Amino acid sequence: MTTLALRGIEKRFGDFVAVKELDLELRSGEFVSLLGPSGCGKTTTLRMIAGFIDPTAGVIEMDGKVISSPAGSVPPERRQMSMIFQSYAVWPNMTVEQNVAFGLKLRKLPAEEIRCRVREMLDVVQMSHLAARYPAELSGGQQQRVALARALVIKPAVLLLDEPLSNLDANLREEMRFEIRRLHDEFRITTVYVTHDQAEAMVTSDRIAVMNAGRIEQVDAPHTLYTRPRTRFVAGFIGRTNFIDGVCNGSDIVFDRFAVPRGLIENGEALSGKVTFSVRPQSLTLVRNEAALSGRPSVAVTIAERAYLGEFWTYVVVPKEGSLRLRVTAPPLEVYEVGESAWLEIDPRQMAAIS
Amino acid sequence: MTPVADVLAQPAARSLVRRLRFIEPSMILWLAMIAVLVFLIASPLVRLVVSSLQEPETGRLTLDNYRQAYGSLRHLQALLNSLELGVGVALLAGLFGVPIAWAVSRTDMPAKGLVRLMVLGAFITPPYLAAVGWILLAGPNAGWINKLWIAATGASQGIVNIYSMPGLILVVAITSFPYVFVFTNAALDLVSSEMEDAAHILGAGKWRTMFRVTLPLVLPAILGGLIISFLEAIALFGAPALIALPGRFQVVATQLWQFFEFPVRVEIAAAYAMPLLLITVALFWLQNRLLGRKGYASVGGKGGERRLIALGPWRWVMLGYAGFVCLLAVVLPMTVLLQAAFAKAWGRGFSLDNLTLRNFRYLLFEQTQAQQTIVNTFVYGGATAFAAIALALAIAYVVSRRLVPWTNVLTFLCMAPFVIPGIVLAIGFYAAYAPPPLALYGTGTIVVLAFVTRFLPIAYTSSAAGMRSISPEMEEAVRILGGGRLLAIRKVLAPLLKKNLAGAWILVFIPATRELSSAIFLVGPQTRVISVMLFDLSEEGNFEVLSALGVILLVVTVAIAAVGFRVIGRDFMLRRSA
Repeated sequence: MTTLALRGIEKRFGDFVAVKELDLELRSGEFVSLLGPSGCGKTTTLRMIAGFIDPTAGVIEMDGKVISSPAGSVPPERRQMSMIFQSYAVWPNMTVEQNVAFGLKLRKLPAEEIRCRVREMLDVVQMSHLAARYPAELSGGQQQRVALARALVIKPAVLLLDEPLSNLDANLREEMRFEIRRLHDEFRITTVYVTHDQAEAMVTSDRIAVMNAGRIEQVDAPHTLYTRPRTRFVAGFIGRTNFIDGVCNGSDIVFDRFAVPRGLIENGEALSGKVTFSVRPQSLTLVRNEAALSGRPSVAVTIAERAYLGEFWTYVVVPKEGSLRLRVTAPPLEVYEVGESAWLEIDPRQMAAIS
Repeated sequence: MTPVADVLAQPAARSLVRRLRFIEPSMILWLAMIAVLVFLIASPLVRLVVSSLQEPETGRLTLDNYRQAYGSLRHLQALLNSLELGVGVALLAGLFGVPIAWAVSRTDMPAKGLVRLMVLGAFITPPYLAAVGWILLAGPNAGWINKLWIAATGASQGIVNIYSMPGLILVVAITSFPYVFVFTNAALDLVSSEMEDAAHILGAGKWRTMFRVTLPLVLPAILGGLIISFLEAIALFGAPALIALPGRFQVVATQLWQFFEFPVRVEIAAAYAMPLLLITVALFWLQNRLLGRKGYASVGGKGGERRLIALGPWRWVMLGYAGFVCLLAVVLPMTVLLQAAFAKAWGRGFSLDNLTLRNFRYLLFEQTQAQQTIVNTFVYGGATAFAAIALALAIAYVVSRRLVPWTNVLTFLCMAPFVIPGIVLAIGFYAAYAPPPLALYGTGTIVVLAFVTRFLPIAYTSSAAGMRSISPEMEEAVRILGGGRLLAIRKVLAPLLKKNLAGAWILVFIPATRELSSAIFLVGPQTRVISVMLFDLSEEGNFEVLSALGVILLVVTVAIAAVGFRVIGRDFMLRRSA
């Protein structure tokens, strides 16, 4: 199995720095996503791994051997990788079967084995019944499956995916996320997946590398990334959040109109001075009267705005005599009117200090 | 080498070897193609300029060639004549092309399809064949029009003489008005009816709207078409040679030809060709500026709703005018040409006992030189089309994938022949390749090389457009699965571009089979092509055989264009692509 390492990768286009000082290591068989807004350098990074562009600094190693460096790179055709493109790039002049068999033919396998493996792979992606069709006669989702089959059938050392689901409609996109993860669980190929859709990354990945302005901000498992974001960008990009500023004061951290004991916050003892926390709307609870409070840190608030989104309410609340605006989600039956008073409870375990 | 230097040199050498190991083998092919391109375009142009500044025997720098080229009144008069020809043709072509384009695009004139077909017919008729047709129609005394006039009025002389400047202007204008038509038509198709409605609602009538709103909107396009007609006219060789020489006047093209009569004075021809080259480059620049201007917002966007203008009874007047132009441009010259091709003697008129297939039999089976010429024409045309497309495709690939720095320069080189008149290019080719060591004069190679250069812009425009239409990911998918660039081109790019390239092949093949301006300077006895043979036959006055040869050329051209219609679509030749 294959490990992949990017060490100090940088890519400049003229004066523009697309990727800078990027380090990333993939364990054998690991599925890692590069997640970030458009223009953050994630596709450039993927294309460097594929060998379509050379880095201007740093090296890329596969199983310890340098495959990309500013001095020159192993061309893509000799990297034993596969890639799935945003446009699928299923060749319209070949049938489904010919598309899938292409990589195997290049490897000069015996015809019988090629036929066998193509059939198996088409079974896996549930496309056997369409083997003789041309891509123009297929739907977007079916073309996507052909692209998957074509990439997987050669048993690549590394699989690269460049926003493969961005051209599909919402339902199909959700279905294909699980399909991609299922195929990864079946074949265990070291995989790099580029996307700007956080849900996609969270469903498919072992770890997610969040990128911003050419850098990796944080690499972690999806759960850690959501609950313990380390930077303001990561906290804001993955899900919705509230940023609240606090000041360390003795054994407490003091916020606008309320305080939280340090001991309740993870690594709270190590903090000092002014600190910003990311507090998810789901970690906040609205309680109608003081008697029902559970004993967690709490503050009296007024409801300032509300919106009902079907699965839950979103309220914006303001602490009494305070100026902080906090976003809170609540189940459908917990109805408050704008202007009503309530108590807000905070779960300190779900507060993440960010830098 | 001292040990110290040895040690210092080693890492550099190693890194070079490492670099070489990473270079793709196909890179050699790209570099070779780029070398061919530079060689084809740059060497004739450089030779042209250099030889205009050299003493032919000693190679010393001199301005004497320019003194000889411009020192005589006769030569200066030819320059003025060319200017008069160009301006006359541009105006007449505008008079022919603009109203027809407007009628076809914006009005309810009937029989539009037929009119379009006629314009296409005029487009694919080589100017020298139109000239021959009009010699048969309006030759002094013997021409059909004059004979009819004499028979009808009993006059002792005819009324029209094609061997004159007005005659020449007419002949060139009927073959170049399709340029004005295409440019104007394309622009008018983009003007929305709402523009005209706005004028109507303010109280302007149909005609006022047309002259004050519609026409000004497409004026840049019309000017662009006029400029092309002007440039065609001054660069043309065939029609002027057939008409001006018997009419005892010279234009630049015929004067250049005289410099090539024994003894050949290439250096003076080179010096004399300079104004042609400079005017062409300057006007193309101007044309680009005109058409590139963004001030006319309605032209170049989506047109919005378009309705046809109801002309009422005037539509028959419009149709009459279009019919008149088509009569002059296609029907009359083609009729007399066909008659002559099947006649024992064309002057004896349309009678059954004058009919014969002798002329065709003579050309196709008896006269070996003629057979050779016909074969040459289509072999050179085919070879040119294949070579031009191969080169253009390779360069378009290198440019679109940015395989080398300065890809803009490559694009520029590919498009440069567009602004070099064929006759000037031929003189450059002669200067570069006729003398030893290459001594290619009289070989098929020099003809094909010159044709490839001349028609490279057509091939390049098509190839680059095709390349842009295919996502690079199609090719990257091949490469990541283990195939090299060449395999990707063979298995994916080429099959996807098939239709595109077939269209480009036809667009190069057709002009290459009828090219005269550059061929006349480069062919030898064994490498004559149809256009040159037609020219020679006209000097002998053998119009029956000449017409038959012209008909053969036209039939093949029309057949190939028809295949293009079927495969690629109706408008592929009348599209404004460049």
